[in-house]
Formats: sequence, C-alpha cells, structure tokens
Amino acid sequence: MRRPVAVRVVGPTQWIVYPALITAAVTFILATPVKLFGFSLPEPVIPMVLAFAWPLIRPSVIAPLVLATLGLFLDIFWGGQMGMWPLSLLAIYAVVLGSRSFLIGQDTVVLFVWYAACCGLAFLIAYLIKTVSAGNAPSILALIGQVVPTLLLFPFADRMIERFEDGDVRFR
Amino acid sequence: MAFRDGPFENLKVPLVWTSAVAVVVCAVGAILLLISDARAQASPYQPARAAVETVAGPVGGVFAAPVRWFGHVSDYVGGYFFAVSENRRLKRELAELQPWRDQAIALKNINARYEAMLGLRAEPDVPMRTARSVSDSRGPFSNARLLDIGARQGIKVGNPVINEHGLVGRVVGTSGSVSRMLLLTDVASRTPVLVDRTDARAILTGDGSGNPRLEFVRGVGSVQPGDRILTSGDGGGFPRGVPIGVAAKGIDGTWRVKLFSDRGAIDFVKILLFEDFGQLIGADDLNAAPLAALDTLPEATGAQASAIDDAAARRDSAARAAAERARAAAAAPPPVPTPAPAQPRPQAAPPPAQPAASPPGGTE
Repeated sequence: MRRPVAVRVVGPTQWIVYPALITAAVTFILATPVKLFGFSLPEPVIPMVLAFAWPLIRPSVIAPLVLATLGLFLDIFWGGQMGMWPLSLLAIYAVVLGSRSFLIGQDTVVLFVWYAACCGLAFLIAYLIKTVSAGNAPSILALIGQVVPTLLLFPFADRMIERFEDGDVRFR
Repeated sequence: MAFRDGPFENLKVPLVWTSAVAVVVCAVGAILLLISDARAQASPYQPARAAVETVAGPVGGVFAAPVRWFGHVSDYVGGYFFAVSENRRLKRELAELQPWRDQAIALKNINARYEAMLGLRAEPDVPMRTARSVSDSRGPFSNARLLDIGARQGIKVGNPVINEHGLVGRVVGTSGSVSRMLLLTDVASRTPVLVDRTDARAILTGDGSGNPRLEFVRGVGSVQPGDRILTSGDGGGFPRGVPIGVAAKGIDGTWRVKLFSDRGAIDFVKILLFEDFGQLIGADDLNAAPLAALDTLPEATGAQASAIDDAAARRDSAARAAAERARAAAAAPPPVPTPAPAQPRPQAAPPPAQPAASPPGGTE
C-alpha cells in the first residue's frame, strides 16, 4: 500500500499578505519624526523589494493587486499623486515577470543588477510623473538619498526568493 | 471518472498570463487615478486621504512619543551636566541683547506714532494653535508632516505653520483631528518672498532638497549671500514678514535659502489661523478713506485756505498756458528744410517755468 505523500504548500498568506503587512508597518515606523545625530531616518520605498521578489517566487493574480494596494497606501500616507507609486511598482513587477524564465536560478549578483535596474526604472517613472504634475523637477541629490536605501534592501528580496521559491512543490 | 482521467488532464492554468492580465488591469487603474487626480482642481480623493490620516495620526503619535520622551530625558541630563556653561552663555547673550531691547522699545513707540499720524492700518495679531508633528515623509517626491490637530480645532487648508525659528510650511489637508502640513522643501511648494535688504520679490520653490530655490528674483544684484528672506505677503497666502532663512549660492549656481526652521527639530509647531487679507480687514474697512487721519485734521484757517486756492490757481494757469503753446506749435506750418547747422542744437527744451514761489506755509 502506497503511503500518501505530504505536499508542502506555502499559501499566499505567507508570501504575499504577511510581507505586505510588514512592509506597511515598517514604512509607518520609518515615518517617525526623529533625528539621530542630525540625520533623519531613511525612507526607502520598501514595497519595491516585494515587487521584485514576488514574480520570481511564483506568478500570481493576487500579487499585482496587493502591490497596487501598497502603492496606493504610499500615495496616501506620503501625500503624493494618487496612482504614482502603484504604476511604478507594477512596472517592476511587469519587467521581472516578463524576464522570469531568464532570472530563475541566476546568481545573486545578477539578481542584484536586475533589482537595481528595475528600481531605477520605477524611480524614473515616479520622477517623470512628479515633474509633470508639480511643474518642477525634484532634486537629483534628494532622489539619490531615497534610491540608495532602497537598493540596500536587496538582501531582503534575495532572502524572500530563497525562502519561498520552492515553497510549493506543484510549481517545480 | 476522476477529473484527471478526463479530457482536462493536461489543461494547465496559464498563471503567467493571468498574472500579466492582472498587472495590466491594475496599471490601467493607476493611470486613471493619476489622470483624475491631476485634472481635478481639488483632489477628489481627499476623503480617503483624511480617513487614512485620521488613523495614521494617533498611531504615529504613539511611535513619536518614546522618541520625544528620550529627547526630554537627554535634554534633562544634558541640562544637569552643562548648567554652568549654559548659564554663562545665557548671561553673555542677555548682556548683548539689553541694548537691542531698549532700541526695540523705542522703535516700537516711534512706529506706533507714525502709524497713527499716517493713518496706516497695521496687520492685527493672528491667532495661533500649537500642534505636534506625529509623522514625517521626507523623500524627493514628498515633504510633508502630519500634525495632531485638525478641523475641530479651527485649522483650515492654507494656514501657515511656523516653529520658534521661522516659517515651516502650510496646511494642505485637514480631517477632524489631524492635518497635513506641506513643508517649504516640497516639490509642490511655492511661497512668495522678499529679500529683507533690497525689498526685491521672488518665489521660493521647493525641490525635495533641504534648501529650496529662489526663483523669479526681481532686479539685478538684488540678492547677496547672507540676505534674510521673509514672506512678502503677496497674494495673501501668508502674512508679510515671517522669517524664512538666509540666501546662499547653491552648488548648481542657483540662489537657495538656508531655512531657519532647520536650526531645531520640527516637533512642536504653531499654526497661524491666517487665511488671506480678507480675514484681517473687513469689507467696510476696505471701502473707507485711504487715510483715516484725514478725518481727524482740523479745519483750514483763512490764510491756509487762501494759500491753497492761490496755489491751485497758479497750477491751472500754468497748465492752460502749456496747452496753448502746444496748440500753437501744432497749428504752425512745417519748417523749411535748411542745411545742417554749424552748432549743435540743444537736445531738449528748457522745463516750463514753475510758479514763482509757494505760498508761505502752504501745503497742497
């Protein structure tokens, strides 16, 4: 008699909902008005980590919806133009989804280069939208001040990919 | 027959394609949001923003509280250990400020007398509300803060916000108990300002960096490094004369302003309940005579009245004579062309004769 094989399944709650909630919470905490040694807390766009990692973990219908919701949260919480961050985050998701077959199994360095390129694209979209809507281009130095902390979050994206990439044996 | 044994055995859901469709649908929604938000005069999503801010305000206050307590503790400890040096510094500053205080009192007195004599309407005091900053967004795309008081405390969109050093920003959104303040450094911030030394006007434009740009500066050489920049009050959005910062040349060659408000933490702020000039001056006052002191002047004496009449008659006769001369010149035949004169002619005619003398003690 054959024994039933236990199928390990990591549901969307684990790899979509919880990370999204953690992202929103950390964004909230980093908005605390505090200065340490004359410097404010960094303000990276944390959902970009998810926008890069989710399509590599598994294509999903829920992930773009949650990503758009997170973008709307950023728009409202940071007081920006509605729709700016959803569009930027979805651009990352779309690019990575399109190049998924190439990126799966690549070395960490290659993934980081792609992560940096995707973040650059997303910030470029946000920069253009803000420039058009405000009639005034944001400072490049200030932009670098947000891009660098966002790039430094790559280890979290890499860790997520390693943790959940093989989370559902049906997708092997 | 089991499902996997049927004709759908090899059917696979194209997850990549369904995911791509979801991306496209969400992107189209985001673009529609962008367009609708940009085209509307006032954001149609203000209720959603107000709802999120109503929740975010108190929660942000919880996160900000330990930071504030820690700051108080460090201030207390620092004050205990540096009390002697601080006492010496304060005594020195007090000695330096004593003559300034005397001058300020004297100038205030003289200023009040001038205002009374000229019938000037000085701006009345503007009521204020104290608020605490509970949340902060700092990136290149948004520089704003949430404050812990809102419409229930009388805060309205457009109210200027200051701290103990100078102007910080203005209120751009309110809900019941929370309001959103747009900082001077935000990309969307435009503030009409003046240079204190030259009275030249300019627009202070934020760009997400710490030092906003001075644009549209009126006049050549009207700004120098170190000039104080104040609100001009043009347009009625801000009261005139609120300190903002000092001018400095940026590394990109543009004029920028080092903000006074950066000298300390923007934690506690004051919101000026100022909307526009109409709030300060009623319609009846605006329709009143421009110089209120004219009503209080005594009647002219006989000598003064005759001197005023005499001056008016002289002015009328001079104007009539000038008009007569102009008519005669226009009616005369055109001059015959002649060879070029040996001597250059005077470039301009001498000015018309003025009245011989003004009447004694006469003022027109």
